Amino acid sequence: MSKVLVIAEHDGAALNPSTAKCVACATTIDGAKIDIVVLGASVSGVASEAAGISPVARVLTVERAENEHAIAAVFAPQVAALADDYDYVFGPSTAFGKDLMPRVAALLGVNQVSDIMSVEGSHKFKRPIYAGNAIVTVEAPGDSKVVATVRTASYQAADGGNSAPIESTDVNVELPTHTRFVELQAGQSDRPDLQTASKVVSGGRALASEENFEMIFKLADTIGAGVGSSRAAVDAGYIAPETQVGQTGQIIAPDLYIAIGISGAIQHLTGIKDAGTIVAINKDEEAPIFEVADIGLVGDLFQIVPELTDALS
Amino acid sequence: MDKILVGLKRVVDYNVRVQVKSDGSGVETDGVKMSINPFDEIALEEALRIRERGDASEVIVVSIGTAEAQQQLRTGLAMGADRAILVETSDAIDALSGARVFKEIVDREGADMVILGKQAIDDDNSQTGQMLAAIWGRPQATFASEVVLDGDKAKVTREVDVGLETIEIDLPAVITVDLRLNEPRYVKLPDIMKAKKKPLDQIPLGDLGVTPGPAVNAVEFAPPEARQRGITVDDVAGLVSALKDKGLV
Ligand SMILES: Cc1cc2nc3c(=O)[nH]c(=O)nc-3n(C[C@H](O)[C@H](O)[C@H](O)COP(=O)(O)OP(=O)(O)OC[C@H]3O[C@@H](n4cnc5c(N)ncnc54)[C@H](O)[C@@H]3O)c2cc1C
Repeated sequence: MSKVLVIAEHDGAALNPSTAKCVACATTIDGAKIDIVVLGASVSGVASEAAGISPVARVLTVERAENEHAIAAVFAPQVAALADDYDYVFGPSTAFGKDLMPRVAALLGVNQVSDIMSVEGSHKFKRPIYAGNAIVTVEAPGDSKVVATVRTASYQAADGGNSAPIESTDVNVELPTHTRFVELQAGQSDRPDLQTASKVVSGGRALASEENFEMIFKLADTIGAGVGSSRAAVDAGYIAPETQVGQTGQIIAPDLYIAIGISGAIQHLTGIKDAGTIVAINKDEEAPIFEVADIGLVGDLFQIVPELTDALS
Repeated sequence: MDKILVGLKRVVDYNVRVQVKSDGSGVETDGVKMSINPFDEIALEEALRIRERGDASEVIVVSIGTAEAQQQLRTGLAMGADRAILVETSDAIDALSGARVFKEIVDREGADMVILGKQAIDDDNSQTGQMLAAIWGRPQATFASEVVLDGDKAKVTREVDVGLETIEIDLPAVITVDLRLNEPRYVKLPDIMKAKKKPLDQIPLGDLGVTPGPAVNAVEFAPPEARQRGITVDDVAGLVSALKDKGLV
């Protein structure tokens, strides 16, 4: 039997879908028995959500005032202590998991396997490197624990319908006070979240201003899509940073991705490799985005986008 | 604050379209342009700005690798670092050992802050900074897009998935930087000349008492599954009907 501990990601109110994707990855390990741990100040709601994920055996909760915010330096010693009973410790390759998991790995004296795309054996995994330009099969030492992040875009969330037992645990470790939460400025948006949206409309540098991005929002709202962007658009201040898609932004896998005025730099393409259908709208027929697009339309976005929005309304 | 350490990794330049060798043993690096990892340049720029504001007295750039990494360290010196340390090894080094090396240098130098890139664009691991903070027992502020120093504390704004998170950390600490923290300066010719005279120490990895491993070993490299170029439509009507055919709208 292989015991897997999945670290839940949540905001205190709701479980992040990345958790069910980590469970999906864990189920592909031979003989996996999967527990989820939820750290927080008060997590009963989140824990019952986690208990619904199949085929989770048990949900552990660690409730302490210090756990109100996900501070890696505070969470890591607790996770490392819990890891004693497990062969695998998995977290999502989101900002939360990327921050926390390497700190856990170092406390356990192992390297981390980053961004698992597939499980190839008990200690063998595939992962992307060079912005996804190469896929490497890696092997972690057979005699030590595997600490890993799961590339969430490679997995569909595990099914619900479970009702795993929830157990509260104490972890007796000293927690540092050297790192303190100050504030979170979350983007205000009623639009679908990029990680879970089935459709995403993205705008690039060609939009040329914050005002022009309204066009992207309109099209997105017309088809119920989330809104993404390229780094160039974010750097120019046209749109909020959390919308950036790519190597250093979000890695996403919607059914439909519409790239508008985006050239298709490798760093951007890394973020959409797993999209179902890619549509590219670009005035330059040589733009690299067309090499990966399922449907290409060459032309001026300022004409095409309003017309398209009308046609789909 | 006295000393800031900055890590500079020598990597394949971000403009290069990396190719996997046909025998699957690695990626092609022969004759390929090598540069400083772009995130590390941003890390160095931040350290230099802190020193230029008078909040630190010395910026030391550190690389782990072969003698060739001297090139990247010289570039770092030309940007304005005061001195450089090359920890020499011919073997690829795993993230945890890299973190241990930095910890040794931190101890030797008595550094107050370490600024690293949030990830290296070759292995895309994003581990070293967090691991260093763990074994050092100090704060980590990862994916930083703003750093505001305040005596022996710093407020760091981090790029997270839902927006921006601000945390306060006590120094010494490790900061890993995101792309929007700053725009690195260009190196001018006279600076390159000046950089040749700045100290660059070479320390064999063995002298630091760090033995690499156990690593997560690469077994085989393969190109990614390529997406195929699809159809081109002539106009909006064509696009709408193609989307309808696929049941997407
Ligand atoms: C370390 C590193 C990490 C990076 N990470 C990311 C990342 O995560 N995500 C990311 O996106 N980028 C990332 N980048 C940046 C990336 O290399 C590109 O610079 C960026 O993606 C370009 O954005 P863009 O396509 O919007 O702009 P451009 O490349 O300038 O493309 C604009 C496109 O718009 C088209 N266009 C112009 N006007 C019109 C019009 N009127 N109608 C239609 N089309 C028009 C042009 O033909 C062009 O193709 C990274 C770079 C580095 C070095």
